[in-house]
Amino acid sequence: MTQTTVQSLSRRQLIRRRFFRNRSALFGLICLLFVTGLALLGPYLTPWSWNLSDENGLDFNAFAESPYGAGLTAPSFDDKHYFGTSQVGADVFAQTIRGLQKSLLIGLLVAVFSTGIAATIGATAGYLLGKTDRLLMWVVDLLLVLPSFLILAILSRWYQSSGWLLLVFLLAAFNWMITARIVRSVSMSLRERDFIRAARYMGVPTHKIIARHMMPNMASLLIIDGTLNVGGAILSETGLSYLGFGVKAPDVSLGSLIAEGTASALTFPWLFMFSGGLLVITVLAISLVGDGLRDAFDPGSKSKKMS
Amino acid sequence: MKKEPILQIKNLSVSFPSESGRVEAVRNVSLDVYPGEILGIVGESGSGKSVMSLSTIGLLPDAAQISGQIIFEGRNLLDLNDLQMSKHRGRDIAMIFQDPLSALNPVQTVGKQLAEALLIHQDISHEAAIKRAGELLEEMKIPKPYERVNSYPHEFSGGMRQRVMIALAIANAPKIILADEPSTALDVTVQAQVLDLLKRASVLTGASVLIVTHDMGVVAGIADRIAIMYGGKIVEDGPVSDVFENPGMPYTIGLIRSIPRVDSRQKIRLASIAGSPPSPVNLPPGCAFGPRCPAHSSICDQKIPELEPLNKDQRVACNRKDDIAGLVSSGNLYPVEPIVEIKKSQSRNVILEVKNLKKTFPLLKGQILRRRVGSVYAVDEISFSLVEGECLAIVGESGCGKTTTLLEIMNLLAPESGRIVIFGKDMAELSKSEKLAMRKDLQIVFQDPFASLDPRLPIGEAIMEPMGVFDISKADQEKRMQELLSLVGLNPLHANSFPSEFSGGQRQRIAIARAMALNPKILILDEPVSALDVSVRAGVLNLLSDLQKKLGLSYIFVSHDLSVVQHVADYVAVMYLGSIVESGPVNEVFNSPSHPYTQSLLSAVPVPDPKVEKFRKRIILEGDLPSPINPPSGCRFHTRCHVKQQKSPEDQAKCVSERPTLQAKRSSEVACHYSS
Repeated sequence: MTQTTVQSLSRRQLIRRRFFRNRSALFGLICLLFVTGLALLGPYLTPWSWNLSDENGLDFNAFAESPYGAGLTAPSFDDKHYFGTSQVGADVFAQTIRGLQKSLLIGLLVAVFSTGIAATIGATAGYLLGKTDRLLMWVVDLLLVLPSFLILAILSRWYQSSGWLLLVFLLAAFNWMITARIVRSVSMSLRERDFIRAARYMGVPTHKIIARHMMPNMASLLIIDGTLNVGGAILSETGLSYLGFGVKAPDVSLGSLIAEGTASALTFPWLFMFSGGLLVITVLAISLVGDGLRDAFDPGSKSKKMS
Repeated sequence: MKKEPILQIKNLSVSFPSESGRVEAVRNVSLDVYPGEILGIVGESGSGKSVMSLSTIGLLPDAAQISGQIIFEGRNLLDLNDLQMSKHRGRDIAMIFQDPLSALNPVQTVGKQLAEALLIHQDISHEAAIKRAGELLEEMKIPKPYERVNSYPHEFSGGMRQRVMIALAIANAPKIILADEPSTALDVTVQAQVLDLLKRASVLTGASVLIVTHDMGVVAGIADRIAIMYGGKIVEDGPVSDVFENPGMPYTIGLIRSIPRVDSRQKIRLASIAGSPPSPVNLPPGCAFGPRCPAHSSICDQKIPELEPLNKDQRVACNRKDDIAGLVSSGNLYPVEPIVEIKKSQSRNVILEVKNLKKTFPLLKGQILRRRVGSVYAVDEISFSLVEGECLAIVGESGCGKTTTLLEIMNLLAPESGRIVIFGKDMAELSKSEKLAMRKDLQIVFQDPFASLDPRLPIGEAIMEPMGVFDISKADQEKRMQELLSLVGLNPLHANSFPSEFSGGQRQRIAIARAMALNPKILILDEPVSALDVSVRAGVLNLLSDLQKKLGLSYIFVSHDLSVVQHVADYVAVMYLGSIVESGPVNEVFNSPSHPYTQSLLSAVPVPDPKVEKFRKRIILEGDLPSPINPPSGCRFHTRCHVKQQKSPEDQAKCVSERPTLQAKRSSEVACHYSS
């Protein structure tokens, strides 16, 4: 019997094509690449360091060029303060880049952790059902009714002293529940599919079924959700930092920079404009990419747009 | 006698843009429909049959690019806009869809929907329309029609809904009725009723009926003329008896020869057409059937054959149409191979035994406090046994509990009541490790090969998966996987491809390979061919019988398709509403059925032979399958039984009050008080 392989596009090619045909998603992707590039390469573009006050004593030249009195200069390319300087003469560009790095890193890690937790717990609950499901969903419901922002604010004293990684875990711990519910319902319909049933009748153990069959078949959902979670996590982090409960000085994040700049937003707009602008661009870009991914993975969800 | 055609399709081509290229759904098709005739359009999935019929009524999506003409009463329907077209829809051309549930509006009564159809095209009062709706339901033999006009679609069963659809279609006495797979979603006994009514509708209104179907058997009984479609073209058309008796196109010949027939007395190996239907995105050059054709020659790759007259009424699109008859008679085309009977072991070792198996599903009510208000009797006290090396078939309509029975066996758990004994071991006493070892010998092949393979797993890995459960080295797994792929007739080089790259038939072969990986002794087959295209079914059935011969497997074969069962099974058990009504050797049960249900089931199966169909006495059952929540008292079949109706009232009372048990009769067992 001769094999006639269908000469159609693979799923991956199709998704890529649909994604790149979507203009707003493409725009989002370009913005996101730009922002990430800026965060990674930014420190090499400026002679100034974000924690200038520490190096002040060591680097006399730096001190000479930006003494306290010389603070609050407007953005200019001549003295290489692209975004101007702050009240203490620190370079706003260097600070913004540092804040961007931190916010992106926190956002990314929170998304990875929370989507991971959501996938594991949701898939386990949805596949096993029964008592396990009831227990896990009880936990989900409990966490959903807790005022997460308030709890994080109260806990802030404790985690601020032990570093920003703890903040990541706490943000993730309060962020996974909705996704877990979606994953659970998808798993419940997946477990009734014949290929899962076939695996069960072959004697494949539960954890293997979840890892080998359930997860890959939910990949699109998880990727989309993870992407959108990055945006959400960045917003929660900046929100917390803005109110002083997140990343704490001397370290900076976009949120704490915006908080510092708001006081003089009208008189010295460069203090908060750049960090605020980058925050908006980043979150918008992530949302556009996430929406684009969803449309590419699941064209049915889109309203009739195809010609 | 040649009448003027009522509808002329001229050089119709329809194509759609798609992600992977242009889909050429219909390619340059011309077809005439004459008044009052029933025309069957037969084709496999992707052959363009549905697209062609939808273009007649102007229901194609906007993206479709259409060229050609569809002439109806002197006007080209393709020139009309949607508004003009809607004047014809319903009044001149009516449509019956495959799925009656989604075709009816669930929040309106059927009377209202029928009245709506009437009021659009006719100038009558609302009351008159409702009254007419009742008459229409009466014509479609719906019981208590004038009361049922106030019922909602969900209050009707599938078969009844399809009757409502037919009533809706004939409401305005259209000239043409399009029926797109009208009986595919229905059970055999209900299908017979619906086909009967369709014929009645044609007689009542004088309309021409276009039946679009994949089932040759359906058209053989009802159609006057048929057109066979393949790869977007009509490859053969003509009067139904001529086409069946003397098919001219190799595809038609193969198709007719590849269908198992329920009335065949001896088992002949089915002719199987190589390969699978082409994708409409990527049609082969020249004749679309060329690559699969046993009479393929070099001209077939170059020239697209057009329909040319073969004799007076019959037309064929084949480059070698003049040679085909010679090839068939000399036995060079689809040669007939007799089945080599395997010697069955005389000992008749029973390897799987089910005794008084019962499975009920609780019916729960209430939101907070869930109480059990009743039970669904999915499987009610059934017993059967499987003999080593044989094929046991369980037949029945949907909802009779055949799949539940399989799942009960596959779960390897103690059943609710009764016993399941496999290889002499009772499932209730199985330890965890014994259970795992048991999985090795008991494997299952599911109905739908599109659902039973993980779309994200390359097929090689899918086949190796059951071996991964047991300690088998990776190298041995690879080797075995390659063997299995060649065993089921696939190229081992394709092990890294994903399931989406294969057609339905190939996927089912992969699923069979996976089930065979651990050399099981029992293979459970849950409707293994019903989701496949007609032309690839024979290949899979032949593969299954080859495997059985080669490896001495035992099968439990579950199916609703009696002709397939007749072909593969040695022993058959007929189920109705959770219990077995008749069981015995397949030849005996099929040739002289004793239970009235078996009789009616057999007579309802369409036979792909117009001659037989025309003169066959049919027992058409009334009504639908009763609900298993509230099964009838006594004999479960008594509500629909035709034998009971001829009995005296005292005898009838026995059917209602007393439940018959399986009684030995010749070498079979029958559960009926008055079995013939």
